This record gives sequence, structure tokens and C-alpha cells, in this order.
Amino acid sequence: MLSIKNLHVSVGDKPILKGINLEIKAGEIHAIMGPNGSGKSTLSHVLSGKSGYTVTEGSVTYQGKDLIEMAPDIRAREGVFLAFQYPVEIPGVSNVYLLKAALNAIRKHHGEPEVDAMDFLTLVKEKVRLLEMDEKFLYRAVNEGFSGGEKKRNEILQMAILEPKLCILDETDSGLDIDALKIVSEGVNSLRSPERSFVMVTHYQRLLDYIKPDFVHVLAHGQIVKSGGPELALELEEKGYSWLDEQVAA
Amino acid sequence: MSTSEQEIKNLISQEYKQGFVTELETDTFPPGLDETVIHRLSKVKNEPDFMLEYRLKAFRHWQTMKSPEWAFVKFDPIDYQAISYYSAPKRKEDGPKSLDEIDPQVLDAYKKLGIPLDEQERLAGIAVDAVFDSVSVATTFKGKLKDAGVIFCPISEALREHPELIKEYLGSVVPHTDNYFAALNAAVFTDGSFVYIPKGVRCPMELSTYFRINAANTGQFERTLIIADEGSHVSYLEGCTAPMRDENQLHAAVVELIALKDATIKYSTVQNWYPGDKEGKGGIYNFVTKRADCRGDNSKVSWTQVETGSAITWKYPSCVLKGDNSVGEFYSVALTNNYQQADTGTKMIHIGKNTRSTIVSKGISAGKAQNTYRGLVKVLKSAENARNYTQCDSLLVGDKCGAHTFPYVEVKQPSAQVEHEATTSKISEDQLFFCQQRGLSAEDAVSMIVNGFCKEVFRELPMEFAVEAQALLGLSLEGSVG
Repeated sequence: MLSIKNLHVSVGDKPILKGINLEIKAGEIHAIMGPNGSGKSTLSHVLSGKSGYTVTEGSVTYQGKDLIEMAPDIRAREGVFLAFQYPVEIPGVSNVYLLKAALNAIRKHHGEPEVDAMDFLTLVKEKVRLLEMDEKFLYRAVNEGFSGGEKKRNEILQMAILEPKLCILDETDSGLDIDALKIVSEGVNSLRSPERSFVMVTHYQRLLDYIKPDFVHVLAHGQIVKSGGPELALELEEKGYSWLDEQVAA
Repeated sequence: MSTSEQEIKNLISQEYKQGFVTELETDTFPPGLDETVIHRLSKVKNEPDFMLEYRLKAFRHWQTMKSPEWAFVKFDPIDYQAISYYSAPKRKEDGPKSLDEIDPQVLDAYKKLGIPLDEQERLAGIAVDAVFDSVSVATTFKGKLKDAGVIFCPISEALREHPELIKEYLGSVVPHTDNYFAALNAAVFTDGSFVYIPKGVRCPMELSTYFRINAANTGQFERTLIIADEGSHVSYLEGCTAPMRDENQLHAAVVELIALKDATIKYSTVQNWYPGDKEGKGGIYNFVTKRADCRGDNSKVSWTQVETGSAITWKYPSCVLKGDNSVGEFYSVALTNNYQQADTGTKMIHIGKNTRSTIVSKGISAGKAQNTYRGLVKVLKSAENARNYTQCDSLLVGDKCGAHTFPYVEVKQPSAQVEHEATTSKISEDQLFFCQQRGLSAEDAVSMIVNGFCKEVFRELPMEFAVEAQALLGLSLEGSVG
């Protein structure tokens, strides 16, 4: 699904990622953990195509294609989805309108007809129930006046409707209370499938209590310094990140 | 949302699509303006003598005036002697007009613009007056309206058929001395629409006028007069387009609305005159005076405008709130792209007691365009408990454009409440990226964000117009990203 080879990324003259290697197969969940400033968000931004980052070395292959060459909207239509850490507000544009426009853009890209209005509404309402959201959210402007938790749930709603192949969750757990975290996690879990992969960028182990990763990677100073199974996250929770620095230094 | 993505996309992929020219035989005056031209004009239109007098008085006054320079727009001085003041498609004979008598090329032009004049093909519920250059070529559903007592006809016809109404109301809201362009219009106006809604009548359908400039080197001077008698109600729409030409063309219109006791007038405009090319060459100068007189108690006038066209727009649809408890509203979207300039806004003059006004202005500036909101809220001593709410938002697309706001507030009555809110924002990189990350192209994303920004105004428009306005915004923003 996704193959990252020796990826170096700079912002301006400043190198942020310094040789990332990562293989993600269909159906796998990978957690990327690490301290502040380790390059976690940069990685999710580069994968989704945000401007302002320069790939100086290495490659990213997604479903056999060069991902870096693709425009961000093309990546989205090809199935790359970023659940934003800070979802933006779009005043005056209703949630349901954005969802429909996005879904149709993706369908068109794959040569499919526009979604039928009734089918669309049925689909959206089903997903809204799944995420225990109020239907009123659909008709409110995108993220405008939403609480932090509502914004994150809204991201997962979009994911559930657009059915991407590669889901990147950028600190989705931040700002969520425990109830919201459970709901969001259940939403994500319901989307797990053998064809869909997840990259979960997170600070804390607690998200991983609800969404079980297959692999955990620790990012520090722009490199993956340690990879392992779910047990690695528990170890980090216990010892913090500093022991890794010592290990790397040694 | 009733507009499908596909429709909007098709529109975005085109340039100014109303830019075609219709080849016609015309009666056109040679360029130039003096009293003999005005005599000739009045004669061609077979006007009563009082009109000729009115025109000459206006013309003499105009000659003493100077072109206004206070607006935030730049253009070379206009040579008024280089303009032709009358151009009309040739007609065989005067007499009752039926569609068969109209030049098929003209009918075809309206069809191309999506305004079929054949009543069978029209959407039921909208009557159209079609003004082509200097004349009205057709007015639909006249019979049906007449049954309801509504008069809807070209103003040139009203001058002959209803002189008593003309004498009483023409120039009573915008006098010929009002301003430079209003004076010029009073001297040389050629056609436009006339509406009279009798007492207690709710107009059974939407009325609309579609203005088309076709001939080169002509000016279009339209005059519209709408009178809503006591307790009546009318909704009126206007649309405007013109061919693409390298020269600038002048459109100097005057619109007067009169709302008597308990009457309501809703006036909506979608202005899409040719804006000029990407380098700022050509385009229409849209210098328009629009004013409503809320003469009677409890009367209400609501202006809604979507201004996407014209090289320069200079226009301030206003309300004079004379009647007690009268209400004035102004909802505006003004979009400028490339080198377009707009200086537009409103005036709300509170005279009667408990008068209320609402102003919602949305200015969008892209490319190298300049967009100015200029508004006056004036509360006279007599206007006890007057209230005004003004909201004025500007949105910038890119970093080479400008947005300016000039609000003027004059309050002479201590019990008045006047509120003003203003914001300026930019379409952020983050908003764009968010939309793109959901699969939308950059242009679709901008179009969606801008439409969202304008939502409060669009919901004031009649349904059919709202759809057109949304599509137009997308089209007018073409090439503004990237």
C-alpha cells in the first residue's frame, strides 16, 4: 500500500525528516509516536500533500505510484485521507454540502456517476448515528463553533463517508475527553478492513488502548529510532521518551 | 443545494459566456450629444411634450455639472461626444408588438442568454421585459398581469399610455439634479421597465427585466420606475450582460422605487456586464443611481444585488425611510477579479419614527481588483427609535487585491440605535488545503468558500437567481488561484 524509502524533508533550509523508512501493507495499523518536535506532524503533512515542505531525498510509493508527484486533491481522490489535528472552519458551507462535493469529486475521479441524493442522505445519516452525532451537525457550517471533540468526530465522519484506503490520523486523540475518545475509536475500528490501512500519529498510549495497532514506531529527531509491536507503546508510557535518546546516543 | 457540482464545473470551464455579438440591422444615431439629439430621441420615441421639456431641463443642468471624483475608482475621462445615444434593432412598422415581429436574431440572442421570450418556454411565474440596447423588444405575460391590474411595460410605452403616473412619480425619488450620471440619464434615457401595482394587489408573478447591450460605441441609459401602491407587494429581478469588446462602454441607469403605505418591494439584481479582459482592457462602466422612497407608513423595500461584472461599478442602492415604521434592507455581494473596480454600498436615510434598516455587504476581491464598500446611515431628528444594523465583510483572494470600507454614520436623534460590524478575512492556505485533502480542486474549493461567505445574501435572492448567482461567482473567480 505505502512504501516510504529514505525520506528526507526540509522546511526552508531546516531538515525535519532525516531518512524515514516505513512499509505499510493493506489492512495494517501503524502507530507513530514520539516527543514534540520529532517530525510526526511533518510526516502526516508530507503524505497528504500540504505545501511548504520540500522532499530533498528518498521516495514515497502509494499503490505503485509516486505519491510525492501527486497534487493533494488527486491524492485524496486516490484514497489518501488526513484526519486533521486542527480541523479548519469554513463559514457558510454546510457540512453536508462539503461531504457531498467531496464524495462526488472522488466518484468522478473513478468514473462513477454522482451519488443519488436519497442514497447519500441515507448513507450520511447512518454514519452520523455510528459516531453518535446529532443530525443537526450536518446542516451547520463546517466546524464553525464546534467544540474540539466535535471537530474530531466530524473528521471521522468524513472518513467514514469518503471510505479512503490510507487513513492518516494526526493526533486525533488530542483534545478529546474519555467518552469522545471511545466514540472516535469505535468509529475508526468500524472502518478497519483488510483493504484499508491506518497511520496513527499520537503522543500518548491511551489511544492505542482503544485502537490496537499492529506496529508501533518511535520517531525522534526526524528518524524512526525504534519499531515494535503494541508492547512498545506500553514501554514508552512507563519510561517516557528519554531512554530512547540515551539508547540512540549509546 | 440545488445546483449540481457538474453544472458549476461546466460554467467554471468557460470564459465570459455572454460575450457574443448579434449581427443586426439597426437604427443608430451618429455619436454626439446636443439639444438636437435630445429632440430627435424624444421624437423617435413619440413622447409627449412634457417629456421633451423634462429632458432638455436635465440636459442643461448636466452641462453645468462635473463628473464626480470622490469614488475609489480610476478611469480616463469619458468623451460623451463619442457615444451614440440611441441604437435599436430595425422594426418594420410601429404598432402592436408580437413575437413574430421581433427580429429572429434578437430572439435568438435572448435564447442564448437563457431568457427565452416565448411565454410557452418561460418558467411559469416570471414575466420578462427584454431591453436590447436602447429599446424594450418584448414584455411577456402582459395580459395575465393586466388581469390582476398590474401594469408592467417598457417605460417608453408608459410615457404615452400612463402620463399621469409618469408626471407624478418620474424624478420624484431621483431628481434630474441629483448627480452627474442621474442628470445625464434624465436627458437621454431610452428605455427600461415601468411597474405599477395597484392598491392591495400582490403581484401574481415575479417581474424581471433583462438588459442587454449589443451595439458598439453606444451607451445604455435605462430608466426603471416601480410604484407599489398602498398594501401591494412585488418582487422584481434584473439581469445584465454585454458582448466582449476592447472599448469601454457606459451604462448609466436610474432606478426609482416608490413604496406607499403598507407596500413591499423586493428588488434583486444579478449584474454580469462584461468585466473587461484579464489585462483590464474593455468592459462596462456601470454608473447607476438606485433609490427607493419608502413614502408610506409600514412600507418596506429590500435591495439584493450580486455584482460580478463591469470594469467599474459605481452604485449605491438606497432607501429613504419617510414613513413611520418603514423598513429598508440592502444585501450585497460584490465580486471583483483581475482589474475590476467596484465602489458600491448603500444609503439609509431614516426620517420616520421607528424606521429600521439592515445592511449586509459582502465584498470579494481577487486578482488585482479593488473593492470598496461605501455606506451612509443617516438618522434625522424626526426618526425616533430608528434602528440600523450594518454588517460589512470583505474577503481577499490572493495578495495583490484590495478591500476598502468607508462607513459614514450621522445621527441626530438620541434614541436611535446604530450598529456596525466589519470583518476582513483571507481565504487561508489551511482552508484550501483542507478542501483539497477532501478531493476538491483548488478552484472548486475557492468557489465553495466564497459561496459560503456570501450565503447570508444569497438566501435573500429568489431561488432561480440564487442558483445563477452561485454559478456566476465560480465563473468570475476563474484563474484566481494558482
